[in-house]
Amino acid sequence: MLTRRARLLMVVAAMLPAAVAFWPLWEVRLLAPQYPEGLGMRIFAYTVTGVKPHDLDNINGLNHYIGMMPIRPDAIPELRYMPWILGALALTALLVAVFNSRRLLGVWIVAFALLGVTGLWDFWRWEYNYGHKLDIENAIIIIPGMTYQPPLIGSRQLLNFTATAWPGVAAFSLGAGFLIAVLVWWTSRARSASSLATRVGADPRHSAQVPV
Amino acid sequence: MRRDRVGSVIMLLGALAVLSCKAPAPQEMISGDAAKAVYVAPGQYDEFYAFLSGGFSGQVTVYGLPSGRLLKTIPVFSQFPESGYGYNEETKSMLETTFGSLPWDDTHHTELSQSDGVPDGRWLFINANNTPRVARIDLTRFETDEILQIPNAAGGHASPFTTGNTEYIVSATRFSVPIPNVDVPIAEYTKHFKGTLSFIRADVPGKMDIAFQILMPGYDYDLGHAGKGPSDGWFFFTTYNSEQAFTKLELNASKNDKDYIAAVNWKLAEQCVRDGKAKAFPSRYAHNYFDPDTRQARVEYRTSVQMLAPAACPDMVFLLPTPKSPHGVDVDPTGEYIVGGGKLATVIPVHSVTKLKAAIAARAFDGDIDGIPVLKYNATLAGEVQKPGLGPLHTEFDGKGNAYTTMFISSEVVKWKLGTWEVLDRAPAYYSPGHLMIPGGDSRKPFGKYLLALNKITKDRYLPTGGELAQSAQLFDISGDKMKLLLDFPTQGEPHYAQALPASTIRDKQVKFFSLANNKSPWVTRAESEGGITRKGKAVHVKMIAIRSHFAPDNLEGVEVGDSVYFHVTNVEQDWDILHGFAVLGMTNAELILQPGETRTLLWLPRAPGIFPFYCTDFCSALHQEMQGYIRVSAPGSHVPLTANVSRKAATQIGRLQAVPTAQAPHQHGTGGER
Repeated sequence: MLTRRARLLMVVAAMLPAAVAFWPLWEVRLLAPQYPEGLGMRIFAYTVTGVKPHDLDNINGLNHYIGMMPIRPDAIPELRYMPWILGALALTALLVAVFNSRRLLGVWIVAFALLGVTGLWDFWRWEYNYGHKLDIENAIIIIPGMTYQPPLIGSRQLLNFTATAWPGVAAFSLGAGFLIAVLVWWTSRARSASSLATRVGADPRHSAQVPV
Repeated sequence: MRRDRVGSVIMLLGALAVLSCKAPAPQEMISGDAAKAVYVAPGQYDEFYAFLSGGFSGQVTVYGLPSGRLLKTIPVFSQFPESGYGYNEETKSMLETTFGSLPWDDTHHTELSQSDGVPDGRWLFINANNTPRVARIDLTRFETDEILQIPNAAGGHASPFTTGNTEYIVSATRFSVPIPNVDVPIAEYTKHFKGTLSFIRADVPGKMDIAFQILMPGYDYDLGHAGKGPSDGWFFFTTYNSEQAFTKLELNASKNDKDYIAAVNWKLAEQCVRDGKAKAFPSRYAHNYFDPDTRQARVEYRTSVQMLAPAACPDMVFLLPTPKSPHGVDVDPTGEYIVGGGKLATVIPVHSVTKLKAAIAARAFDGDIDGIPVLKYNATLAGEVQKPGLGPLHTEFDGKGNAYTTMFISSEVVKWKLGTWEVLDRAPAYYSPGHLMIPGGDSRKPFGKYLLALNKITKDRYLPTGGELAQSAQLFDISGDKMKLLLDFPTQGEPHYAQALPASTIRDKQVKFFSLANNKSPWVTRAESEGGITRKGKAVHVKMIAIRSHFAPDNLEGVEVGDSVYFHVTNVEQDWDILHGFAVLGMTNAELILQPGETRTLLWLPRAPGIFPFYCTDFCSALHQEMQGYIRVSAPGSHVPLTANVSRKAATQIGRLQAVPTAQAPHQHGTGGER
């Protein structure tokens, strides 16, 4: 059982994933002495773009020296089904509000967490592959032992480039949705406990001591 | 309370988002006294002349250091409408080659002549990369006097580096081609393509010639430097593309872990040529010489070179394996160390000439290539600078046991110690430096006070000027332990390489003006009374003087459409820095700029009848705007009498002229002197 306010918050949580349509999930920036203006990538749920027009082409152009695979959004299948997964999450959050089901909320939270962890792992795996599976045959600069995996969060020096990555607006938005859901779950726990307690005839004063 | 908690979580997320967007800013190492260090007060002189290659401008630019003030552009391999170089009749022959007259080339390396391994200020040499040539510039006049075409070569990049007494300057081929150049399938590269190393006799003006060429394997030859001290008698050239790739070299010429530095015993080569071991090789090439007495350039074509095969002269050439696609090869002031700049290497390898000689004596070879012994890498290696940076290209020296190397990719200058090979300091360059230059830094006696990094990219360094931005030079003070950035200035063209010498070496030897009495031009007009107009068929010759503030004659008639009019203008001023210019309406070439006492000729082709003005283009005097005249052009067959007006003053000028003695006392700066 959820309060009216909690159900309203779940509607908000359901709307937050919509941010992925407008804002990137992740940001990557590359700075080098001869690139004082920087190069950058924005990773959306459905595509990857350059921060400036042609940044992605220029990044791919530079990466050919080290034999890195070109980053081509249409070759990344995740970008095709990620919008559907996020859409489904949003819909489920709405269903939590509509059906007023704390159990469904629990399932939603667990599913969200699993999908989030899987998504981050998958992103890391792509970065790992870009950075490690180099086409040595066609590489021009080969430095023994050197790999070029960009960081998930934070900075790393990759030859003359400092690569810095951080979550984008959409990731924060998704995170906020998740946190709202967890808060709703957490605050509704007391209510559920008290209603359960009432039903089994426990001392109602006990539940009154639970701060809400 | 619940709302507060949610709110604070969202606030925290927002703060994280803001923090994580902050990118690191590049650090500048500029200290407070830099302005004072480069400020040369108005009217004061710079300490050094710096001669910067103009790169794709084809010229040489002269800057003062430490101020970075542009003093002059010296036209060399490209036409220069600003002075008429390569357009006027006196200088256009300088650009003649067996390919015809070439209006442009790409200059890469300036090189000062040396005596006893030290820049002596006699001449500056520079190479043309596209159509291989070398040029000599006289440093009393800052004029190009001589250009020699290099046959059997394509891409004259490793050029024009000099031996310690300017016995030879060299030119090696960047592109291997079939020698002689014939029509073959490109895929038969390994069978037909060869490189050449040319040794050019350079110590007598007017007599530049190819002493001999060494026929080398079909690699790309990149840079060179002569030995000195213990390595005197040797010349070192870097090679890349030992893979012999002929397509996608970016990749295919970057496969081998090591390419080579070719060590050439040029004294032995000389001996072999004297002993008749070279073969006369038919080769047509141009030699252009600007005679400083007549101030006229002439072309002569030569027909043969002495070609020396390494097999015919054993122990003349050895190959030193060097990682990886080495670019620069630089010899330290003592002559012991030979530094390779492997642009894809992760270390800076340094060879020792003592070890080189020992390895040759011990025959420590790893096989041979086309009869050229390959030495073992470890047999000649003195040491490696570890983790120097990315993309090491060129090294110069301060004479205090330190070396400075440019890092193209990591965009920095790295200072390291000879002998211990430890990195001592790093300074960022803005951006991607190619060569660097310490005055005398490639010689036996560096003036280790300044270092000039020559940058290929400027991006955000200056006010933006559309899509094409200037290249730049950056001046560092290297007198202390740490390099200090002093100045950063944009340059004309690309400052590919530079040389510099103390201003005192040549400042007092500058010619102020040319003696009119000694003017040996066949078209000289020494006085108004000698001016006039003559016809020889369709050619009309106008002899004219320029003096403040008139031309004489200044009214010309009798010219017809279809004539070729030659204006032979003599600046009869005999005073410092009083120049005149000359231009005619509708001319298809460039103005004349006339130094005092010199004669220059402009060819003008009248295309329509009418009256055409000419005027002085170099602001010479208060009445510069009055310095003008007219030429009348008539239709063909009009038979207008050929006339040129002469003023009444002309008669008095004859007397003045005769009063001038023929053997002039010198009038140079400081010591005084004129040609």
